[in-house]
Amino acid sequence: MDGEPRAAAGRAPDVFRRGGWVPMRMYDERDEVDFAIVGTGAGGGTLACRLAEAGFRVVAFEAGPFWRPLEDFASDEAEQEKLYWKDERITGGADPITLGSNNSGRGVGGGTVHFTMVAVRWRPDWFRSRSRLGYGVDWPLRYEDLEPYYRQVERALQVAGPVRYPWGPPRPRYPRRAHRLNAAAQVFARGCDALGIPWAEAPLATLSSPRGEAPPCVYRGFCAVGCSTNAKQSALTTWIPRALAAGAEIRDLAMVGRVEVGPAGRATGVLYHRAGEWRRQRARRVVVAGYSIETPRLLLASASPRFPDGLANGSGWVGRGLMVHSNHGVWGTFDDEIRQYKGPPVMAITEHWNYTDAGKDAPGGYLFGSQGPLPRAWAQTLATGRGLWGEGLRREVARYNHVAGVKMVGEVEPQEENRVELDDETDRLGLRIPRVTFAYSEADRRLIRHAERSMADVLAAAGGRELWIEADTAHLVGGCRMGSDPETSVTDSFGRTWEVPNLWICDGSLFPTSGGANPSLTIQAIACRTAARMKDLARRRALDGAP
Amino acid sequence: MSPFATPYPGYDIRAKASSPSWDEVTRRVVDQRVNAVPGREFLSEAEWRTLEAVCARLIPQPDRGDEPIPIVPWIDHALCRGEGDGYRYADMPPGRDAWRLGLEGLEAESVHAFGRAFGELDGDEQDALLRVVERGEVSAGVWLRLPPRRFFAHTLLRTVVGAYYAHPAALSEIGFGGPASPRGYVRLGPGERDPWEAEERHDGR
Repeated sequence: MDGEPRAAAGRAPDVFRRGGWVPMRMYDERDEVDFAIVGTGAGGGTLACRLAEAGFRVVAFEAGPFWRPLEDFASDEAEQEKLYWKDERITGGADPITLGSNNSGRGVGGGTVHFTMVAVRWRPDWFRSRSRLGYGVDWPLRYEDLEPYYRQVERALQVAGPVRYPWGPPRPRYPRRAHRLNAAAQVFARGCDALGIPWAEAPLATLSSPRGEAPPCVYRGFCAVGCSTNAKQSALTTWIPRALAAGAEIRDLAMVGRVEVGPAGRATGVLYHRAGEWRRQRARRVVVAGYSIETPRLLLASASPRFPDGLANGSGWVGRGLMVHSNHGVWGTFDDEIRQYKGPPVMAITEHWNYTDAGKDAPGGYLFGSQGPLPRAWAQTLATGRGLWGEGLRREVARYNHVAGVKMVGEVEPQEENRVELDDETDRLGLRIPRVTFAYSEADRRLIRHAERSMADVLAAAGGRELWIEADTAHLVGGCRMGSDPETSVTDSFGRTWEVPNLWICDGSLFPTSGGANPSLTIQAIACRTAARMKDLARRRALDGAP
Repeated sequence: MSPFATPYPGYDIRAKASSPSWDEVTRRVVDQRVNAVPGREFLSEAEWRTLEAVCARLIPQPDRGDEPIPIVPWIDHALCRGEGDGYRYADMPPGRDAWRLGLEGLEAESVHAFGRAFGELDGDEQDALLRVVERGEVSAGVWLRLPPRRFFAHTLLRTVVGAYYAHPAALSEIGFGGPASPRGYVRLGPGERDPWEAEERHDGR
């Protein structure tokens, strides 16, 4: 199905040219490289770039293919399902999470290949969630620790955003001008204005003017199934080419099944499956960056007599504290033609309820913004969300061009029992598949109801008729949380595991709380901070010391 | 209910296939979907017939006469290749088993309720039977191994709808812009339409 690995024989795909190649440095498997990184998305792709640029010898492993968007990405929803993680997973609990297309990426660049590009910073208070806001847990780092790296990522992705962002502490202006609003976003803005709620153009990691070999966004609207023009600033088109140019090796179609540990209790490399066989790469340090399901899965699967409950799992928190964002939406019908398929899906947002706590009957925050579902996904939403089928479904789907809606990115509480475990069932490689368990808390449900009212008010104020509510989730975070206390967390604030000093984690699984905002910018900022830390420790010859 | 009629008559996104709205990979993918419909590979003949009858109620296509948009072949094809959604609910059997059990359950339910096979029921009876499964008000024993509501909404309906709205003719009937690469859109505001987008019929229908 996937064909042969493309990154091989000293070259890797050039994402900017059909059939093109760029040179790639390659490392021998017996050669103890400085870093083996498992995953190439917002966490691993970013880290691979920054470490290679710091002069480290890096090999990054990716379970999926290495795409060239210009020749591989069709304007077709069904075809583009190839971007999602399709290996079997079991989802259960009181509120089973929809996996697959909702929150996974498989391929170089990971989920950033099909993310909707919303690049927002965390509310500073969220890093002190427990002590300042009274819910969740405190992060082991503060906003001020991350701010320089937010800045770095916004520059690296040439984020397009408004001159003045209405929420949060002052920040430099975004590198590129904001995109002009599509009809769906204008509806949203009209509703917010009518209610006196501030809104803003969404800061987006897609180009509003040309950059090198990448053209500006042409508003084709297929962002959620992959950008075929390279306007999208995904890890595949930003960090990865930089990583290759700096001497990193990317191994595509390479599924890591185990982190190997030596007699001293230190990671010695990874066992991985590629081109039909199990292989072994030696490494001085291993970084796991497989996101909230695959990262805990790999650590649990790497159990050994010395680490019987899974690698770095002395606290028992590997796999625990898994979170989603509540992603409920309100949809309405409008007299105007909206044609929500044009432009990036989310072009205008409000973080009002992220920064305003008065009037909320639940802890946590949420943002919400305009939407633009593609037609196939929209038809499936109508069918499953409203129980429509038969003539009634065809009729309702045919009103697609008159629909606009808003969806939330809502905070959910970290709960110990929401988790990833290993099932006894195995996949085609013989690896135990993950079993995911999730349930909303009562507070989560109250926040969702609050958001539903806010969203319905905005849509009604904009002139929407026949409003209805869709229940959904988006993103994953947590599952290997960072912390200040080795008893209740898996890593320190830089992602170094407490128990295995040369084993690190670098992805969204580190999040102790979920925040009410899209996670990709924060994941990338954390990766940049971790890379800076590693570089600093290496300069002081302390990279391999005890934590 | 009167039969469905598109508000965008005469509009066909395939008419743009040689325009800048389509790139080579998209032409290849859509051509394959339209012209390379797979034959029966996984389901039995009886299962195939049941599923055909079910699809005709979930997405009726009386307007297309003898050439409905094919749905069952794509479901069968995915089952043959072992392709799923990347997850399954903890209370559900694996994908292939779920489809087989679900179709078996529909037939068993049909015999319970009407004493006839699903394909022998009239349209209203078939709809009534599908509602029974949709609401979980089932009586056949096979549903002990397959939660009927989950099967109906998640496995059956979602997949059938996904197969139908993957076809360019279905995307044309709702006035979707269709493939859009390398050319995207210029006019983005409310009521604004690029010349290569569908024009809606405003005749009060």
